[in-house]
Amino acid sequence: MESKKIAAIMAGAREDSKTDMRALINQLFPDFFEMHGDRAAGDDAAIVGGFASCGGRSVCVIATNKGKDMQERLATNFGSPEPQGYRKALRIMKTAESLNCPIITLINTPGAYPGADAEASGQGQILAENISAMLQLKVPLLAIIIGEAGSGGALALACSDQVWMLEHSMYTVVSPEGFASIMWKDGQRAQDAAQLMHIEPEWLKKQGVVERVLPENILADNASALKQLINEQLIDFDQIGLEQLLAQRHARFRKF
Amino acid sequence: MAAKFARHPKQALKDYEEKVPKGIFRYCQKCGAKFYFARAGKYHVCPNCGYGFRVTARQRLKMLTKQFTEWDTDLTTTDPLKFPGYQEKLTKAREQTKLQDAVLTGQAEIRGQQAALGIMDPAFIMGSLGTANGERITRLFEKATELSLPVIMFTASGGARMQEGIQSLMQMAKISQAVNDHRAAGLPYIVVIMDPTTGGVTASFASQADIILAEPKAMVAFAGRRVIEQTIHKKLPQGFQSAENAYQNGFVDAIVPRSQQVDKLGQLLTIFAGQKWRGANGE
Repeated sequence: MESKKIAAIMAGAREDSKTDMRALINQLFPDFFEMHGDRAAGDDAAIVGGFASCGGRSVCVIATNKGKDMQERLATNFGSPEPQGYRKALRIMKTAESLNCPIITLINTPGAYPGADAEASGQGQILAENISAMLQLKVPLLAIIIGEAGSGGALALACSDQVWMLEHSMYTVVSPEGFASIMWKDGQRAQDAAQLMHIEPEWLKKQGVVERVLPENILADNASALKQLINEQLIDFDQIGLEQLLAQRHARFRKF
Repeated sequence: MAAKFARHPKQALKDYEEKVPKGIFRYCQKCGAKFYFARAGKYHVCPNCGYGFRVTARQRLKMLTKQFTEWDTDLTTTDPLKFPGYQEKLTKAREQTKLQDAVLTGQAEIRGQQAALGIMDPAFIMGSLGTANGERITRLFEKATELSLPVIMFTASGGARMQEGIQSLMQMAKISQAVNDHRAAGLPYIVVIMDPTTGGVTASFASQADIILAEPKAMVAFAGRRVIEQTIHKKLPQGFQSAENAYQNGFVDAIVPRSQQVDKLGQLLTIFAGQKWRGANGE
């Protein structure tokens, strides 16, 4: 893989225009109603969740949000959810399950927030719970990676029937910086790391990690092309029975 | 004349290093105690603070049971990234641990009860989770479900296997759904957290058990201390991610020293082997 292409993917995934997930949600789902709180310990600004209609269907939308300006980015830890965020996502997804709404997750996160409080309130444990619960949800799940999707913090929102990613986005076991720092104790070698890790979306598609790679211009014109694709996918989901849906999801993750 | 008998401290240290065989004294990384190696005893435990030293999976098995049939002995990684230098690392780890990858699985008898047993090996590339041990753990749960056996998992892992990239991350989902299926069959799953249990293993099967036990002073964490310190720009105390803290915070059912583990596991297996409620219309 050319290093130029790798650099373009890394820059594109972290593009400023992608940080305001609320703007994208409003383009895709104009009647989106946002919910707040995990019903236990608080409300994490890094997770935006709620319900909306999409082509005459009710859908649940869960997204990570980095924030449009510095103030918001500080409040969201640059899009890194804390345990309350994952708990909020989970309780909204459970609501979606009981109301029979397909769940669409929009992902742009460097990963779960690595903080002392987050550790003490069970960051690893809530990720484990989300992964386990998502795999069993009795509604269709679609995950779309818009920018970064780092580590367990991304997987906990992407145990889905369909996972799509933009041409310039990355889905990684750890950020290229983290990888370089773990392997060579030198975070500066992120570019080398990205090359060895195979961050190219096309490669991930070949591995069966994602089903679709979407061109960047799908976000142009108020993301109307993306909206069209989501609508088509929702219609496809209508053709599958619950048992088949769960069996296919199982097979999707069993193959790795 | 005194100078004739005195040795320079540096010389004394050198003499010590030359004359005292290596490994005679052991150092505990948790409490800093130095002690004669034999005092660690057959369970390899610090006589001062009770920390259990890292041992290989095969050594650990000996502490638990003599009745054991190993499963899936030949599974190896496909090296999905063709990562430079990875094969050499694997060869070395295999020689060191006598395992094909970082987990030992099979069927064991503990206090007369049958169970599917998995033991992770921190000596095998930090017990990191890759495709081969991910598959082995998945099959452990699948086979346990098929044979109606409880699962006991001893976890120790530095997290994801970096050399296997995204495939390593996917193992978390793969194992989690095998855990789900095992649970759906009404079978118990017990975890014993060993030092260190971190990253993707904490964020999946180590936290999904019905009963979670931990060894004294074991580190249990999601993110590493260094990463957290760099993120929040604060120094954190050594050991703030200990099993004792996880217990305080409500994430561990009991702290169990090695010498009591067989008894405790036997107790739990016996309790859950009792007759289950089937209701008036049950089988």
